[in-house]
Amino acid sequence: MLVGVAFAIIWMKDLLSISMLSGIYGLLSASFFVAMDAVDVAFTEASVGAGVSTLLMLVAITMTGRSEHPVRHKPLLALAVVFVTGSLLVYGTWDMPYFGSAEAPIHQHVAPRYINDSMQEIGVPNIVTSVLASYRAFDTFGEVVVIFTAGIGVLALLSVVRRQEDIEKIDSFNNSMHEQHLVLRIVAKMLIPFIMLFAFYVQFHGDFGPGGGFQAGVIFAAAIFLYTMLFGMSTAYRVINQSFMQILAASGVLLYGSVGVISLLNGKEFFDYSVLSSNPVTGQHWGIFLVELGVGLTVASVMVIIFFNFAGRSENSPPPVSKDS
Amino acid sequence: MLLGHYNYWIVIVLMMIGFYIVIAHGNLIKKIVGLSIFQTSVFIFYISMAKIDGGTAPILAEGIEQYSNPLPHVLILTAIVVGIATTALGLALAVRIKEAYGSIEEEEIQNKDNLDC
Amino acid sequence: MLIHLPVLQVIIPLLAAPLCLFLTKPRLVWLFALIVSGLAFLISGLLLQQVMTSGTIIYDLGGWDAPWGIEYRIDRLNAFLLLIISSISTIVLIAADTSIRKEIPADHHVLFYILYLLSLAGMLGIVATGDAFNVFVFLEISSLSAYALIALGKDRRALWASYQYLIMGTIGATFILIGIGLMYQMTGTLNMEDLSKRLPEVSQTRTVFTAFAFLIVGICLKLAMFPLHLWLPNAYAYAPSIVTAFFAATATKVAIYLLIRFTITVFGLSFSFTHFPLQLLFVVLGLVGIFVASTVAIYQTNVKHLFAYSSIAQIGYMIVGFSMTTMAGMTATLLHLFNHALMKSALFLALGAVMYRIGTTKLTHFQGLGRQMPLTLAAIVIGGLSLIGVPLTVGFVSKWYLVMAAIENGWWPVAALILLGSLLAVVYVWRIVEMAYFKPALAGTETIKEAPLSFLIPIWTLILANIYFGIDTRLSVQVAQAASMSLFGVTP
Repeated sequence: MLVGVAFAIIWMKDLLSISMLSGIYGLLSASFFVAMDAVDVAFTEASVGAGVSTLLMLVAITMTGRSEHPVRHKPLLALAVVFVTGSLLVYGTWDMPYFGSAEAPIHQHVAPRYINDSMQEIGVPNIVTSVLASYRAFDTFGEVVVIFTAGIGVLALLSVVRRQEDIEKIDSFNNSMHEQHLVLRIVAKMLIPFIMLFAFYVQFHGDFGPGGGFQAGVIFAAAIFLYTMLFGMSTAYRVINQSFMQILAASGVLLYGSVGVISLLNGKEFFDYSVLSSNPVTGQHWGIFLVELGVGLTVASVMVIIFFNFAGRSENSPPPVSKDS
Repeated sequence: MLLGHYNYWIVIVLMMIGFYIVIAHGNLIKKIVGLSIFQTSVFIFYISMAKIDGGTAPILAEGIEQYSNPLPHVLILTAIVVGIATTALGLALAVRIKEAYGSIEEEEIQNKDNLDC
Repeated sequence: MLIHLPVLQVIIPLLAAPLCLFLTKPRLVWLFALIVSGLAFLISGLLLQQVMTSGTIIYDLGGWDAPWGIEYRIDRLNAFLLLIISSISTIVLIAADTSIRKEIPADHHVLFYILYLLSLAGMLGIVATGDAFNVFVFLEISSLSAYALIALGKDRRALWASYQYLIMGTIGATFILIGIGLMYQMTGTLNMEDLSKRLPEVSQTRTVFTAFAFLIVGICLKLAMFPLHLWLPNAYAYAPSIVTAFFAATATKVAIYLLIRFTITVFGLSFSFTHFPLQLLFVVLGLVGIFVASTVAIYQTNVKHLFAYSSIAQIGYMIVGFSMTTMAGMTATLLHLFNHALMKSALFLALGAVMYRIGTTKLTHFQGLGRQMPLTLAAIVIGGLSLIGVPLTVGFVSKWYLVMAAIENGWWPVAALILLGSLLAVVYVWRIVEMAYFKPALAGTETIKEAPLSFLIPIWTLILANIYFGIDTRLSVQVAQAASMSLFGVTP
């Protein structure tokens, strides 16, 4: 199925259907991840691959136009490169351990400790959470910084300075358009609190089941997207202040980092959570809680920043093509 | 014997489709779609190797002996985030390029640049 | 606090970046970024000293020991790299405030410094870590901020250059990710030290062979090694001048570091060079890279483009030294890493000063500039001489060691070709000198003044360093030798 969708993407010329298909691709791979026992990953892929990235593509397409020009040059070189790379990979699979085999080296080294000892060392049933937020907390910190970087990058590329009259103009336009959506608006108003509640549940339940800061952040952001789409940008602007979101994104990173700094100040290694409480396992709980909160905060606010800047760009008519030297 | 690797081969086909879209197509948005397919396929590859026959999701519970390997899951969670970050930035660039050049086709942009020089 | 230096090295700029958002005043943020970068410089100096006297430092993040947690492992090689990156970053930042006021709209200044610090932290993180996957994460931090920084350039072509870099860079990173995954699959570990112990057992498998191939291609894409260099010239030419000065001196060096780290430390010399035809491949590509890129450089009409192509040629020299697989060759490569960082940051900063005064770096606009901006142009000339490899400059030192290493290997033709390559550098540097000193000034340019002090101080600091390390080579050679010794497992 995945292969079918991927081939369809090659032949399609209409960018709108391509982005829809890529959403389907994300959703399919998410269900594949569930079959492979990777529930946390599936959760994330479903919200990111099928949700956020499709949404961003759709917004981008509204600004860039839908259709792709046919390829004029012969893609022989590209085919050759792809063929060589692909055959190298197939060649590499020859000596791989078989799919699903329990004897494979990755199941013999490093991972057994996570499976056998994480309960005593960290006390959290979800091993993925333990590894993510404690054993390899620094990678996850890097991940939060990556998403923060993306937020700042999008801001640097797309942010537009808004004038008051612009907002009013958009306002009147929005009001006329959105009156038709009365039913939708009411349904949404009822739904949004539940979505947010669900986000909080995912945020704080990551220790036990699939979920955690990242997924929660995306869901929370989705609630705000929904609000924005139905009530218009300017209403959303009034409720959610842009620079406030930036501060929030920065605080998420800082919250995460400060947990590490506390360990340092207590003479332990960076991100050693045992300093947070007299009992090391409770310390781990606190550490994971704070760190996940930092992740959630940054992810939600960066998603909102990215979305607002994309959408804000498309509502404002783009500035005339500037021809600089 | 052959069946032992068929899963990886399908993943490789997916990767190469994504890779092909990135290098052979001229449309900037489509390139980014290709890139995300390429990356997602690499994720599938990582997750495939974590699977153990008869294992379950790595959430500790009573009475379960065999768990799938949690480490690749963690790595891929991180990699997914990196992927969306790249996609967002790439799309933002595509939007700006459209505004500056009036096109998102590679050839047209190259032509306009050559005229400038 | 001294035992925490390895992590502080990375974490200070990393945490400083979001803090910038709270400061809001661009001037203040600049000062803050400068202090932070200076602090990183100080730390890297202390680290190098510590490593030189007492050997490798290991730091377990989160208090989890190595293969389970992530460790930082600072040896002579990466301590040297950390010093190069943080020192260049600090010196270049001095000129940032003046330069970006001309080149970047005012409301983006704070964002610029945040991205700059993130990319600094990303590079430091890549170099400091001893975990293969952590490399990927920090690689993406530095790359994403790099794409955004390049796109801040004034010209619309900056956007296009940044987009191309994004595509190439992401393909490279994904290749590296595939390589790491395959390595992990065969060994079950991500820690570099642990990998180097476990890889020999499985080194005959096709999977490890493929893993190695993917890692090398991915790194070479990031490295802009000929023929994978296509993203580099435009990215350097259209990025804001400060960004170019910083990246030209550091970004490709980080990729060279990764290449050395993976081929020698992780896979081991015997695997990389006997099981895999890396030597022949790299010598040939390195030499072809030197000649093609130098020749293309000669025909450039924009000086930024000219020096960008020259960078690709210089990468060729480093690759040639690396592929000799001897200690002398490695020493030469490491020396050139340091020396080239000094030259290129000085040259691109000087171009930034030219950009500041006349708003372009087209070669035709250099006419008569030697009289109007004497100090800046003198810096370009000295930097250019260093690039050629004239005695009393650092360029000579690294060429000397490189040629010596080639002769030691009995590679006479290679030594001759390296010298021939320098002749091409003479040609492209001469074109600038001719324009600036032997052509009359353009009409209407009488008002052009010398660059402001905030440019001249960092430029001349770097130029003096070029001359100082060209005469007194003890420090740089000693460190480079110690680093290559530890790489080859010889105790000094």
